[in-house]
Amino acid sequence: MGDKQDEKPGQAHAGISRRDLLRSGVAGAVGLAAGAGALAGSRLGNDAPTLSGAGSAHDPGLAGAKGDVDPEGFDATAFLKNFDYGSVSTLPSGQIQREYEITAVDREIEVAPGVYFAAWTYNGTVPGPTIRCTEGDRLKVNFTNAGSHPHTIHFHGIHAAEMDGVFEIVEPGQSFVYEFDAAPMGFHLYHCHAIPLKRHVHKGLYGAFIIDPREGRPEANEMLMLMNGFDTNFDGDNEVYAVNTVAFHYQKHPIEIEQGELVRVYLGNMTEFDVLNSFHLHGNFFRLYRTGTDLERYEFTDTVMLCQGERAVLEFTYDYPGKYMFHAHQSEFAELGWSGIFDVKPPTLV
Amino acid sequence: MALAAKGVLPLLLLAGLLALFVRVDPTDVFRAAFPPIEELTFERIAFPQPGLIRVHMVNGGPEPVTVAQVMVDDAYWEHTVVPDREVGRLEDIVLEIPYPWVDGDPLIVTIVSSTGVTFTQEVAVATQSPQINRSYVVTFALLGLYVGVIPVFLGLLWLPFLAGVSQRWIDFFLSFTVGLLLFLGVDALEGAFELTGQVASAFQGVGLIVLGVVGTPLVIHAVGRVARGDSAITPLGMSMLIAIGIGLHNLGEGLAIGSSYAVGEVALGTSLVFGFLLHNTTEGLGIVAPLARSRPSYVKLVALGLIAGVPTIFGTWIGGFSYSPTASVLFLAIGAGAIVQVISVLGRSMGSRGREGFKDPLNAAGVVVGLIVMYTTGLFVAA
Repeated sequence: MGDKQDEKPGQAHAGISRRDLLRSGVAGAVGLAAGAGALAGSRLGNDAPTLSGAGSAHDPGLAGAKGDVDPEGFDATAFLKNFDYGSVSTLPSGQIQREYEITAVDREIEVAPGVYFAAWTYNGTVPGPTIRCTEGDRLKVNFTNAGSHPHTIHFHGIHAAEMDGVFEIVEPGQSFVYEFDAAPMGFHLYHCHAIPLKRHVHKGLYGAFIIDPREGRPEANEMLMLMNGFDTNFDGDNEVYAVNTVAFHYQKHPIEIEQGELVRVYLGNMTEFDVLNSFHLHGNFFRLYRTGTDLERYEFTDTVMLCQGERAVLEFTYDYPGKYMFHAHQSEFAELGWSGIFDVKPPTLV
Repeated sequence: MALAAKGVLPLLLLAGLLALFVRVDPTDVFRAAFPPIEELTFERIAFPQPGLIRVHMVNGGPEPVTVAQVMVDDAYWEHTVVPDREVGRLEDIVLEIPYPWVDGDPLIVTIVSSTGVTFTQEVAVATQSPQINRSYVVTFALLGLYVGVIPVFLGLLWLPFLAGVSQRWIDFFLSFTVGLLLFLGVDALEGAFELTGQVASAFQGVGLIVLGVVGTPLVIHAVGRVARGDSAITPLGMSMLIAIGIGLHNLGEGLAIGSSYAVGEVALGTSLVFGFLLHNTTEGLGIVAPLARSRPSYVKLVALGLIAGVPTIFGTWIGGFSYSPTASVLFLAIGAGAIVQVISVLGRSMGSRGREGFKDPLNAAGVVVGLIVMYTTGLFVAA
């Protein structure tokens, strides 16, 4: 959301005006705010039926949406750790091949409790499946466009021009096979590159693309967080912000981690319309590996800002148990849905 | 076929057609693939107590709207909706939002529907809304007394002066009254049109104005005609008409003052009261102008003053405690309509019995002077 206050249905301005006296002060919303408390009082008291899930009591100290999103549609908690390694085979050369099936489909998704967005998706979810492989693997992505508009998949990475998913537009009903070797190692993204690009991206055609180093990364509790936003009223401004689509999901359903364990967050930004998005971790600092392409050099911080398409690998360990927030350090985004909680549990005794 | 049956036949056919429509629902043919245009209109945003916002809304659109979320100043917030999140056409809802609003700050409330459409209303100044209690009732009554009742009564005191001047000058003052009423009528009409933007479209703000402006004079005329039969209107009857017209106008004025006061936008300085005193005193002059050759009793004079002035107090109460843009448009239009009626009666009476009416230069000047006086005293109201 921003500064725009365009005229919309239901948006009333001006006010009752009797001579210049009243007119002067009245520009905004005179009259609307008159009292009448007592008049309405008798009707209040019992709440309306809540949305799917509980309209639980408001936590002090937390802003948030009312109700909960139906997990049947999209389970953001499961999505955190849903890495798609593809179907694996070994080529005659000895190279590992990973084959992925990706289909573009139009689908209505619930982005905040009770708020539905007519999305364009890869495999029915926003973000699309998290494609994961190892540096040097042969990747074969069978893409089918079952949507209503022309789409492509543009992978970040090093590959041939004709595999870049820009000029090879895939019309509805058609297919395309992307084939290339996974390089370089790090944390990348993929997204539709059909025009108008802005529309194809903000409608939901994007996902994460993780290329693990050959030697691997240290054992950790890994999760994917793609920062995104939704312009539900199509005014060029996001009404909903989140990581992994669902506003306030990880605030209502805190992510459980263990005290002392290494946590690795693959953090990317696919937010449209806003120049930047950011991540701030409470009660802790993290090692920040930009684009995840270097295993040695890192920055030690508790806040990082990423522009659209930028991403980083974050590693941290909690020393104390309890609930810790993580959220955009643009307060506005945080209160429009991009807020979550890590619930740090004491280590389980074996 | 009886005459009544002939009159009813088209209605019966219409009812049959409607029933058929409901059964067969051929509107499916017309229904577009895109989602319906949703419309929720803010009727009122109130701040009944610290930490609570109460929002009154109505669905004036063609389709039901489901309230999914509420934002205050770009933050999603906890809230309750009564009676139901799904708001049918012409149904209204009350939202309660436990939000720690800051006294004196502006604030923006946004409703997000299930389809992601947003409805936004800005409040210029968040301030405690008046509750119906002794203190506020008295405050609003005093407000109405100062700006409505007292000035009108002061104006009535011109009667002895008028009794002393010639018929020619009485006609001048009657013309002056016409100018004054013209000014008030246009002012009320302008206020009504300005408000139509806030009225839910289903309630047809402009339709309400037509109803009020055209219907009111016809009703007043008809009632007057039935009451006095064929006899000509008496001077007292004329004064009564003017008092009713001004009273209805003052009701609208009270509404505006009360609602503005409730949202903290009227600084009630002495200059404001001063301005209204000057401005509304002329209304009293208008009321007694037809009585220049009569000897009305004090009781009748007081009654005239009350009819013209007291509605201001009712206006401040209604505006302060339960403002509704829809009702306000109607009140303002009725006020304008009443003035139309008064002007027409005054104009006809001045043209009767060989008098020249507004063709007389002095009378024409009277109308213009009336307009100028209203404009000039109006400057003082611009506090």
